[in-house]
Amino acid sequence: MNLQETRDILHNGLWKQNTGIVQLLGMCPLLAVSSTVVNGVSLGLATAVVMALSGAAIAPIRSYVPNEIRIPVFILIIAVLVTVVQYLMNAYMYGLYVVLGIFIPLIVTNCIVLARVEAFASKNSALPSALDGFAMGLGLTAVLGVLGMMRELLGKGTLFSGIDLALGNMAQGWVLHIIPEYKGFLLAILPPGAFIGLGLLIAGKNWLNLRAEMRRKAAHSALDKSTAASA
Amino acid sequence: MKRIARSTMQTAVNLVFFAVLGTAILASTFFMTHDAIIKSEEAEKLKLITQIVPPELFDNDIIQDKLTIQPSGSLGTDDVTTAYRARLKGEPSAVVLESIAPDGYSGKIWLILAVRANGELAGVRVVAHKETPGLGDYIELPKSPWIKGFDGKSREVYKEADWKVKKDGGQFDYMTGATITPRAVIKAVNKALIYFGENRDKLFVANEPKKEVSK
Repeated sequence: MNLQETRDILHNGLWKQNTGIVQLLGMCPLLAVSSTVVNGVSLGLATAVVMALSGAAIAPIRSYVPNEIRIPVFILIIAVLVTVVQYLMNAYMYGLYVVLGIFIPLIVTNCIVLARVEAFASKNSALPSALDGFAMGLGLTAVLGVLGMMRELLGKGTLFSGIDLALGNMAQGWVLHIIPEYKGFLLAILPPGAFIGLGLLIAGKNWLNLRAEMRRKAAHSALDKSTAASA
Repeated sequence: MKRIARSTMQTAVNLVFFAVLGTAILASTFFMTHDAIIKSEEAEKLKLITQIVPPELFDNDIIQDKLTIQPSGSLGTDDVTTAYRARLKGEPSAVVLESIAPDGYSGKIWLILAVRANGELAGVRVVAHKETPGLGDYIELPKSPWIKGFDGKSREVYKEADWKVKKDGGQFDYMTGATITPRAVIKAVNKALIYFGENRDKLFVANEPKKEVSK
């Protein structure tokens, strides 16, 4: 795995093929748990860990699995990994486990996990596959985090509420009350807030892409003119 | 024909292999985390119980002093629940009951309540609910102190007609725009107290912690 390859994988996962705002896969957790930063980032990281592990586990065995049964075998492996993560969270991060609830086992059904295993891990070796899974997961985490930030700030006027569930009692004082005495804005907390927020994020990314494209073109035509002038 | 049979067999063996491997990994993780999971669940329960049972009320290991409660209409429960007994110097001082209010605005509201030996409520908490965020969720303690209105109340202090929101002629506060939620909670707490009154002896006496048998 050379440097260029690593950069491509990271760029794909975090930006170009971002699962949250480009591929639009895994909408169920996106809607349900992005009501606060802590919930969104926690589920995102759990998904990233599962994706990295499943990439690493499936890539080395890919040549031993007959083509006809690869989907059941892949799903089986993903389900085992998710359940292991679920047990570990239940044992050592109980508060967070309760908050994320049903969405941890539902990582299995998040099509992005199987999609990356199918599209990447079944064609590449273990290390790049693990990196690809992790980068894709981090891309999702970033979207969940930003969306959670928007919804929590608008909906509750706070940031990082519930962080003590993830990091233990020492983090109890880390909650930021950005807008004091805020009455709350229900729409942002409820599922429509997630849809609207996600729409804004997608629009924002498209705008950035478009602007980059325009600049490139402008630079190009400027270059053309200058070469024409000098000639 | 033979070739097809052979490749089918191979596929089946392959699938079985991965199923066995997965089961083995799951089983070992289960056994490795089992104790830690029980411990953290008990710690969480104890945290909740100590919120509603004041520490000066008990000196026993309250989590271990449990009693199985059969499903009951008065408690709104469909499954077996667990009651925990608080004792002070061996004397029963309070019991912690689970109760479900079936008629919240969006379904069931799970409650935990502590009743002192004299029938007075030591405290009530909402364990889980699906009420509208920002509207019906003032029954949660972090959102509002409303639930503390039950502290010290009993069916002696408040008569049957008082176990309602003020709007319905009772004694309990409510917030305009969300009366269905408190109605459900008050009704459930009242019914749980009736249950306690009817089953008081059973709750406290049954299943006494074993005394050491002196030889």
